[in-house]
Amino acid sequence: MTTMSKEIIRLEKIRRNFVVGNEEVHALRGVSFSINEGEFVTIMGTSGSGKSTLLNLLGCLDTPTSGEYYLDGVAVRTMGKNDRAMLRNRKIGFVFQNYNLLPKTTALENVELPLMYNSKISAKERERRASEALDVVGLSDRKMHKSNQMSGGQQQRVAIARALVNDPVILLADEATGNLDTRTSYSILMLFQEIFRRGRTIIFVTHNPELSQFSSRNIVLRDGKIVSDTINTNIRSAKEVYDSLPKEND
Amino acid sequence: MNILNLLKIAIKALGNNKLRCFLTMLGIIIGVGSVITMLAIGQGSKQSIKAQISEMGSNMIMIMPGTENRGGVRQSADDMQTLKPVDYQSILDQCTLLSAVSPSVNSGGQLIYGANNYPSTIYGVSPAYLEIRKLKVESGSMFTSRDIQSAAKVCILGKTVIDNLFPDGSSPLGKVVRFNKIPFTVIGVLESKGYNSMGMDQDDVVLAPYSTIMKRVLAIDYIQGLFASAIVEEQTESAIDEITGILRKNHKLKETDDDDFNVRSQQELSSMMSSTSDMMTILLACIAGISLLVGGIGIMNIMYVSVTERTREIGLRMSIGARGRDILAQFLIESVIISITGGIIGVILGCGAAVAVKGILNWPIAIQGYSVVLSFLVCTATGIFFGWYPAKKASGLDPIEAIRYE
Repeated sequence: MTTMSKEIIRLEKIRRNFVVGNEEVHALRGVSFSINEGEFVTIMGTSGSGKSTLLNLLGCLDTPTSGEYYLDGVAVRTMGKNDRAMLRNRKIGFVFQNYNLLPKTTALENVELPLMYNSKISAKERERRASEALDVVGLSDRKMHKSNQMSGGQQQRVAIARALVNDPVILLADEATGNLDTRTSYSILMLFQEIFRRGRTIIFVTHNPELSQFSSRNIVLRDGKIVSDTINTNIRSAKEVYDSLPKEND
Repeated sequence: MNILNLLKIAIKALGNNKLRCFLTMLGIIIGVGSVITMLAIGQGSKQSIKAQISEMGSNMIMIMPGTENRGGVRQSADDMQTLKPVDYQSILDQCTLLSAVSPSVNSGGQLIYGANNYPSTIYGVSPAYLEIRKLKVESGSMFTSRDIQSAAKVCILGKTVIDNLFPDGSSPLGKVVRFNKIPFTVIGVLESKGYNSMGMDQDDVVLAPYSTIMKRVLAIDYIQGLFASAIVEEQTESAIDEITGILRKNHKLKETDDDDFNVRSQQELSSMMSSTSDMMTILLACIAGISLLVGGIGIMNIMYVSVTERTREIGLRMSIGARGRDILAQFLIESVIISITGGIIGVILGCGAAVAVKGILNWPIAIQGYSVVLSFLVCTATGIFFGWYPAKKASGLDPIEAIRYE
């Protein structure tokens, strides 16, 4: 890893408490790390480890109880709802486990959606960028297909294109391969690796330890704390695994 | 987020649920449609009543002798002799707000021509009576002021009278009919006016010079009433005041004395009639308004369900950068589109129904411009009002929970 690259994310002693009934639950108990531009980080942990809470914070959907979070140099903790919505729109791309595409809507329109909430971008520019993003994820020939006419893998590709269309500083994936079969999972992982190679910063949140082999860095959470933070110098190629899988008969 | 994008998003979202969208609209369509139709029918009948009254002469003013007690006995107006031909002359000479004035004396009796006879009323009037009552002479001519001076035995017959006296269809002009044994030469025939709104046959009439009736038929020196016509309807009240002043002066009444005559206009009748139909209109509009309200609640219901059903969509939109107010605006626009589209269809159907009512039932209708505009405004307001709560609920969702909603 180049040490000189720009810092995208910095977390300083992040704590997040929830009040459930009369009890206070400490979901995150002082988490600190930073992520530089061009890293592919997997954040791993079992359920209850606090990884979902961390993802919500990183995605500016939530704010920490204490500590500071800087996204691309901007302090998020004190921001209002609307400002965070704007920040998400300009700097973050989300990929969800269940794709969350709009039903009965074409791939192109789904990808255009984030740009619809940016009044600076014209309709023409919007379509051009959405079309380009679909080219990147390998769906050039399915731009006018509706979301319900596509397979799970294709839908997730559309979701990835949607996450890329606003040229975000960080791509946040939440169990992005969780709903897919093994073969399709690897093809999606291949896509993430390709996006990573193009220089995009990626955070991939998962409970599956196997996936850490394919990223450049691996953070493990347990009980709201980081238990390990390792750099992976020997990144495994998803393409090789994909190619080694037996081809399905269809 | 500009409004154009929001519109696109809202239309798209509605397009995904066409049937439900239409069913939601149905309430508004029926509501607006019925408002338009009901108002058209209500206003139509009001206008037709007005037209009938004005056909009777809406400017018409009636002056009748007043009643008074004589030895404790209240006298009938017909027996009163307070109005004299000189009063007629004074009003004719001095009144500035009247376009026409005619005395009126009448007598009931049997009209006889040949073997046919018919009971009718003969009205003694001046030629101005035609203008006051909006009557026209169809053939022949009206009697003249010379006939009045000479108390000529001439008369003008209405259609009903002619039908009864001349059943063979021969022309009555120049024929001599007898009224209570007095021969009258028919010099004119009135154009038919049909029945008025109170079911009175306006063609059952015989007109003759008032002097003839006074001298030759009734042998009286007073007149039973006066008919006058104000120049414009709006000045009817002032004309009544003027007439009252002249008559009080003529009759040498002191300040403290009551009028010994009555002056009445058609306006009371007209306002009474139109207040009845106004009440009907309000009643109809209320019923229609209730159906619009029910339509609005339908919108709220569907939007509310829609918000729950689309929780994940809302969560997604929020996570990719939609602010609360963008979501609020989207759902509001959706409900306004539903209500306005429903409104447009409702207006078209309502007008169609009104025209159909006219065509099939032959009811008078008058589609009101204001009701169309009003319906639009009410629709938009309905959309905003009933869409607000669901939209507010949508915009207040927590994106973290919404995106994981199952």
